[in-house]
Amino acid sequence: MSDPAPLLDVRGLTVEYSRGRRRPPLRAVDGVSFSLANQETVALVGESGSGKTTIGRAILGLAPVMAGEIRFDGEEITHARHRRRRELSADLQIVFQDPYSSLNPTRTIGQTLSEVLRARARPSRDEVQERVRAMLEHVGLPADAEQRYPGHFSGGQRQRVAIARALMKQPRLVICDEPTSALDLSVQAQVLNLLRRLQQEFELSYLFISHDLAVVRYLAHRIIVLYHGRIMEHGDAREVYTNPTHPYTLALLDAVPVPDPDLQQRRRTTRLRSALTNTPPEHPNACPFAPRCPHVINHCTTSRPSLDTTPSGTLVACHRWRELRSSNSTSQALGATN
Amino acid sequence: MSTIVGIEPVDGTPAVASTIESASLFRRLLRRPAAVVSMVWLAIVVVVAIAAPIIWPHVATQNAGDIFDVLKGPSWQHLLGTDSDGRDVLQRLLVGTRVTMLGVAEAVLVTLAIGVPAGLTAGYFGGRTDRALGWLTDLTLSLPGLAVVFVVLSIFPDSMLAGMVTLGVILSPYTTRVVRSATLPIREELYIAAAQVAGLSRSYIIVRHVLSRIVGVVIVLGAIYAATALVTQTGLAYLGLIVRLPAPSWGGMVGDGIAALTNQSWLIWPPGIAMTLTVVAFGLLGDSVRDVTAERWSVASVQRPSRRLARPVAGAVVAPPVPASATDALLRVENLTVAFGSKGSVRVIDDVSFDISAGEAVGLVGESGCGKTVTAMSLIRLLPGDGEIVGGRIVFDGRDLACLPEKELRRVRGSEIGLISQEPMVSLNPAFRVGWQLALSVRTHDGLSRRAAHARAVELLRSVHLPDPELVARRYPHELSGGMAQRVAIARALAGEPKLLIADEPTTALDVTVQAEILELLRELQRERGMAILLVTHDWGVVADLCDRAVVMYAGQVVERAALTPLFREPLHPYTRALLLSDPHNALGGDELPWIPGGVPKPGFWPQGCHFHPRCRYATEACRQRPIPLEHPADARQTRCIHHDRLHHDQLSVVQ
Repeated sequence: MSDPAPLLDVRGLTVEYSRGRRRPPLRAVDGVSFSLANQETVALVGESGSGKTTIGRAILGLAPVMAGEIRFDGEEITHARHRRRRELSADLQIVFQDPYSSLNPTRTIGQTLSEVLRARARPSRDEVQERVRAMLEHVGLPADAEQRYPGHFSGGQRQRVAIARALMKQPRLVICDEPTSALDLSVQAQVLNLLRRLQQEFELSYLFISHDLAVVRYLAHRIIVLYHGRIMEHGDAREVYTNPTHPYTLALLDAVPVPDPDLQQRRRTTRLRSALTNTPPEHPNACPFAPRCPHVINHCTTSRPSLDTTPSGTLVACHRWRELRSSNSTSQALGATN
Repeated sequence: MSTIVGIEPVDGTPAVASTIESASLFRRLLRRPAAVVSMVWLAIVVVVAIAAPIIWPHVATQNAGDIFDVLKGPSWQHLLGTDSDGRDVLQRLLVGTRVTMLGVAEAVLVTLAIGVPAGLTAGYFGGRTDRALGWLTDLTLSLPGLAVVFVVLSIFPDSMLAGMVTLGVILSPYTTRVVRSATLPIREELYIAAAQVAGLSRSYIIVRHVLSRIVGVVIVLGAIYAATALVTQTGLAYLGLIVRLPAPSWGGMVGDGIAALTNQSWLIWPPGIAMTLTVVAFGLLGDSVRDVTAERWSVASVQRPSRRLARPVAGAVVAPPVPASATDALLRVENLTVAFGSKGSVRVIDDVSFDISAGEAVGLVGESGCGKTVTAMSLIRLLPGDGEIVGGRIVFDGRDLACLPEKELRRVRGSEIGLISQEPMVSLNPAFRVGWQLALSVRTHDGLSRRAAHARAVELLRSVHLPDPELVARRYPHELSGGMAQRVAIARALAGEPKLLIADEPTTALDVTVQAEILELLRELQRERGMAILLVTHDWGVVADLCDRAVVMYAGQVVERAALTPLFREPLHPYTRALLLSDPHNALGGDELPWIPGGVPKPGFWPQGCHFHPRCRYATEACRQRPIPLEHPADARQTRCIHHDRLHHDQLSVVQ
């Protein structure tokens, strides 16, 4: 699935957060492996607590990695030192979810954008100004934005500033952490189009973190579905979206209401009612989704499923994927004929 | 489709903003009278501190003045009188200013020079650094401050420098603690993470990103310490510990005054007044500088929303009984207009009309800033800030809520109209158990006994399908997940058996699987209790899932009203159509998403004519000239667009 030299290669990544002395540490990410090729967009999808944001932070060195390996452009960067991290910042960037907290309100847009260039080399004042202006134009902001403070801009415009900041040093990989979930629908469309256009212009790769499958389907080449820090399903975006195999992916897709009243009514009646509990399973080796899974069998609560490759090339962590896949395809075939 | 991304106009921000930015800190200080007065006073003090010892060099060594003229009150010869040794009080006051002010400066500089870097370091790096610095801070705090100063002064007798530096060190742990706790929340801001990812050095981040945010705190601290140092120094000088006599200082003069208090009470006034004025000036200037620094980057004139009830429309004190109309609507909103600002200067809701029948679910749709929430909240007259209903009627069950007396309205709120919001946690008090809070709501509505109310609370929790309601009732709000908290909020809204539930973005903060469950619950309540729902949302999927009809709002106006299927299949307003198209659900992968250029104009900046025309691809000259009325192109359909037939034509080619 990945070409010989992926830009980003994550192997067995495990992140744990300490919760004080009395409680065991919280395992936010549990043995996650994936890779990302040049100019590819890979999406990490899941609900809150799935570990998707933590993976992004671990790649940037902002989360404590307990085990596993992160390689960027062939170089091991899992535990890179402060100095190396600063150098890596030229290639690795991030756009955060919250455009309000991600910009310092006391700094003008010009200061926010230009300080990025000061991190290593110190280009001349004219050159900095030139590049700031060019970048503002790239992201569709007026030139006079340079003198203004973030407080004077709307959420969508702030997110453009955050994107501009990420692209100032022309990085190769940008981690987009829910970049549009705080935005309105029409503004979300503007920002998604912008991200897509910039990907071509700057030859970027995106690691796109989102809970919104519709947004992900629009932007991503591959989708990784996470649940409680583990990969449930991983495959081609269209394949995962239209032909989901894992019961969790299915539940996630079913839960999203579609903007079509008649279709939504039909979906609603066929939707499986999932259990309300969201507690992790008791057995340490259980499938994390077992307590909520409608297809759970005894085996699921005692043995951790491995990531198997399906005939369509999708990776699925489910003991019963073969049976489910055949029953899914029959029900879909039935749905198509109805 | 074009690949050029539209440049958004910087919407609604007036040019005033840039003039505020360009003015220097000093100029902006000049606009504040308190700052001007205190700056003038402090400037005089500084000039005097520099000049006086030069003009009267002999005063510092003068042991006695006119011994026949001691302890005199103010006179033409001695404007502020003379002291017990016959020396001129005014001269001594002016000459003593230098030594006094130097002492203050020394103490403040030392405490800030130690405390600010220590506090920043502890707050930013945390962990071991924080613990080590915390230990040092505690150690310093445990020393008896004044005793240490006395010891130091016994080693360096009459040394102002030694005394004030020691005072600065003694004060520094307080600075460290305040600066540390101001740094901690800023450390967690995303822009700090962004700066780290940008590869900026730690010292740069601390100075430019953290210090710039806490500079206000530091200024206020500096002002407080200046005042503290002045008072402490006066005390030390009064004890004769830091200034070698006969050199004058304000504190020494207070000491002289107290010694001669029984003979001449005047002497303590000149230094006392000088001190008081200087202390007040430090405080006022500190506050002004802090405010002005923040004013530069914060958005001007944002009023703090305070939950104040809107007054009923002027003149309409008595609520006339509303005749039952032809329609059997449970709620009928007619030409509702809401304004904010003094004298209702800014309209946020303009001529909004819609109705909800009993047991019906109606969606109020639009982007943020379109007035959905204000409309919903004005129905029960819970408007934020100085919002006010300035026109229209809200007919609910035969009464006009817009001019119902507050006492009767309170009975409607909660028991006849329930409310749930986007943040269920905010509506629950974190200090009390869930069951207790629910029982309280039950008792205010039904007047049940404690025991019966608790039983009813548990029953309500069961009715929203919370597993083990008894256990949930014993929990505190923070022990609940987001979905559970929203169920509890719904249970509470049900306490009064409302006929209408206002649900303001009830699922926006929830995961999709939880959202599906909450929508299912709302649908069940609607079906089984015959409860009407007004659902405020920006999510077309949620509307499609729950609602029977939808009201689309844009910039304070209703732009379209229709039953759900025709609205989705064939929208008759360009805004509805564009908003539906920009939903990524409808997008085919690969194509550019259809988008609407620009953003929603803020209230007060609505364009003339149709509010949507600057962003509309159908706009013509006629759209700009006059306000567009709501038209009825079909049965049970309304649109605020004069081009709806063109839209109708377009759709035939768009819909597959």
